[in-house]
Amino acid sequence: MANLEIDFRGIKSPNPFWLASAPPANSAYQVQKAFEQGWGGAVWKTIGAPVLNVCNRYGTIDYKGQKIIGLNNVELISDRPIDLNLKEIAEVKRNFPNHAVVVSVMVESKKEVWQETIKRAEETGCDGFELNFGCPHGMSERGMGSAMGQVPEYTCMVTEWVMEAATKPVIVKLTPNITDIVQPARAAVRGGATAISLINTINSIMGVDLDTFELRPNVGGKGGHGGYAGPAVKPIALHLLSAVASDPEVQKAGLAISGMGGIETWQDAVEFMLLGSTSVQVCTAVMHWGFRIVEDMIEGMSNWMDDKGFKSCNDFIGKSLPRISNFGDFDLGFQSVAKINHDKCIQCNLCFIACNDAAHQCIDLKDAKITKEANERLWPVVREVDCVGCALCSTVCPVDDCITMVQIDTGRPHTTWNEIMKSKPEVTQDWQKMEEYRKTANIHVH
Amino acid sequence: MTLEERFQEVYPPLEEREAVTEANRCLYCYDAPCMVACPTHIDIPTFIRKISTGNVKGSARTILESNLMGATCSRVCPVQELCEGACVLEHDHKPIMIGRLQRYAMDYAAERGIKFFEKGKSNGLKIAVVGGGPAGLSCAGELVKLGFDVTVYEKKKWANGLSTYGIVVFREPVEVALAEAKMIEDMGVEIKTNVTIGKDITLDELVEQNDAVFVSVGLGNVPDMGVPGENLPGVLDGLDFIEETKVQNLDSIKFGNRICVIGAGNTAIDCATIARRLGSERVNIIYRRSEAEMPAYHFEYEFALREGVSFMFLTLPVEVVGNGKVEGLKCVRMDLGEPDASGRRSPIAIPGSEFVIPCDMVIKAIGQKKQTPMMEALSKYGVKDIKGYIAVDFTTNRTVHPKIFAGGDCIRSHGEASTVMAVQDGKIAAKAIYRQLVGEQEDKSEHAKSGCCKEVAGTHAH
Repeated sequence: MANLEIDFRGIKSPNPFWLASAPPANSAYQVQKAFEQGWGGAVWKTIGAPVLNVCNRYGTIDYKGQKIIGLNNVELISDRPIDLNLKEIAEVKRNFPNHAVVVSVMVESKKEVWQETIKRAEETGCDGFELNFGCPHGMSERGMGSAMGQVPEYTCMVTEWVMEAATKPVIVKLTPNITDIVQPARAAVRGGATAISLINTINSIMGVDLDTFELRPNVGGKGGHGGYAGPAVKPIALHLLSAVASDPEVQKAGLAISGMGGIETWQDAVEFMLLGSTSVQVCTAVMHWGFRIVEDMIEGMSNWMDDKGFKSCNDFIGKSLPRISNFGDFDLGFQSVAKINHDKCIQCNLCFIACNDAAHQCIDLKDAKITKEANERLWPVVREVDCVGCALCSTVCPVDDCITMVQIDTGRPHTTWNEIMKSKPEVTQDWQKMEEYRKTANIHVH
Repeated sequence: MTLEERFQEVYPPLEEREAVTEANRCLYCYDAPCMVACPTHIDIPTFIRKISTGNVKGSARTILESNLMGATCSRVCPVQELCEGACVLEHDHKPIMIGRLQRYAMDYAAERGIKFFEKGKSNGLKIAVVGGGPAGLSCAGELVKLGFDVTVYEKKKWANGLSTYGIVVFREPVEVALAEAKMIEDMGVEIKTNVTIGKDITLDELVEQNDAVFVSVGLGNVPDMGVPGENLPGVLDGLDFIEETKVQNLDSIKFGNRICVIGAGNTAIDCATIARRLGSERVNIIYRRSEAEMPAYHFEYEFALREGVSFMFLTLPVEVVGNGKVEGLKCVRMDLGEPDASGRRSPIAIPGSEFVIPCDMVIKAIGQKKQTPMMEALSKYGVKDIKGYIAVDFTTNRTVHPKIFAGGDCIRSHGEASTVMAVQDGKIAAKAIYRQLVGEQEDKSEHAKSGCCKEVAGTHAH
């Protein structure tokens, strides 16, 4: 069986699965229970300034019968006294010396306060720190959390303060509520951070009650923005992760990355790791299903690694990063067309209407005796010469492997937008030139 | 439809998308009632979740950790009465198709030849298992994981008992039962077939030469009805009839056009539905009590009705009529009287109500004989019986003799006999044998403290 151990820039963990700094990592009881069930590490729920929480702090999105595809919260950092948290952290680390225990910290923007808190936290024997520059609600209004993370200069400054005081690895947790995630990531690099984690939750309004006109979640008649998480945010998290992981400055500094945002299964975790994350953090899935999901996560990842011949996580961490590219470098010569397998087609004709209404009108409904068991319903048939290869039909098809996108050879040269900009800049400036270029390059527009 | 097609499994396997969609419908209950309802306590929510995440290999492991006969059980378990009957979605919606999802995971592992368990570090102790049915194989498999040297003695040509010989192929193909036995062999259990105890080797020898003996001989064939004409050609033993469909070419099986099946248990249903699928024009199930008292599961009854089987309740056969061959079954009509010892209202014959059902074949399915010779051999060791079944302590499945354990249908003096119960019997005995022979010696070690089958098995997989 594959070895799942990781070394996260000095933080060692029996597997990459960590609890994110969040409600499931709120107490010694919870973290120890999680470790007993297999979790490799935990980022303790943020300790710091005194706070008070409100009721109805969670709101969720259910989608077509599935519960909690997204969850938003207005919960603040730990509302338990800092002394109690530190005592429990020390206890957990004593009981589980081989598990990763990272302390998440958020205090007001004063050098002494940050350094004092870090020093006190180090006394627990913890393995490292995560600086919470991401919390988007409640704390940000007090000048903490994402209020820090949204200003790269502040991120850099506080990271520097912490690095002066800390002897353990320091992870800077980034907020997604910013235009370009690479900027605060580089600020963390400049501040001397050991690692980066992302994403914190995304600003969101969960919904409105159509009967009462109140917001969800409803806090005594009022509501507002909260942090959005859960399976629905995964694509955003993957994008931001890959942007940071493929940034030359982050790569040059050799920062480790802990990825999170919608991880619920071992497959999700593998995707994050293929895009450069060394550990993965989980919160919403645990809030939905409990700690027990980790058994399948460990086993599923291990089985997958065995199947692929990977002996350790390092064999595949970041393996998909070289494929991250920009539009300008995509191959304009690549052409695919839709092929419908009529033996599998159930004649729902969703591909037809999608193509007809929303794409390029290259699927016809035909009265064709295509299969042995012909019936009176019409069959969708692709006019391949007109198919632009947009792939919409294959994405709406409800039958596995029924509509596949097949690469065809049109004789077009391999070229990219960036290359055209260099070799034939006039094509990118003038529609008539563009038309001429298309003719010569054998590109048809319908 | 060809004969072959008619004997394919009644339910087709789930396709990947079907399985994943169904698995995602599971609520993943905590402390789930399905798991409690399963006699072997498979962690059902976990194996289903693993299907939903594509970890089908892990799903199969979760099943087999609790039940080495998971492939058979996924096909033959009365799921409506057990796991699916307990599903929290049963009340408002449709329960999760637990049985078919389990089969999906088992098929996945079987098709890929994935091996999950191997022999534990040898402890030098020898165990004999008498009878290679589900109870025996389950016990043998659990013991070999714990490091015992285990030999299974099986009377028939093939192992896995009724799973191999007694379950109709459209419920469980014979290949599935044989593959399951092979899995146990591959774990390091020696299975000796074509060995009859008392003929090829004696019970005394086994008890002498082994540290413990697990007796799982099941039950015998169908007993005599004790009516005239019973020996006429054309009167068959129901279990033999099922066995033919498992070991012979389907087109070589002789069947009548008008068949009377006597009894209304699950074996009777199997015989009747086989006959219909083979091509019998008319199949009657004859039962002396009423519909309410019939022992067959309700879904089996419904299945038989859909197959075109007729039922004659409150009808008692009194004579097989015929001249050199079966020509009819003489019956008498019955009424229901006061409850009898079984708590069911007893059937009472209506005088003068005799009539003859014309038929050319009679199949008996009125229960199974006790294993009297084995009981006699065991009685030498002081082993007691309850109505002809071996008496055991149900917490350990040990007989009064410290070296002799038993399980499966041969101990089931009350309650329903089923494969899954037999599997659990084997597990209980294996655990008790381990505690008795190894656990006491190593009681101070950490190993013994966590020495249950599951955790020891887990050391291979984790």
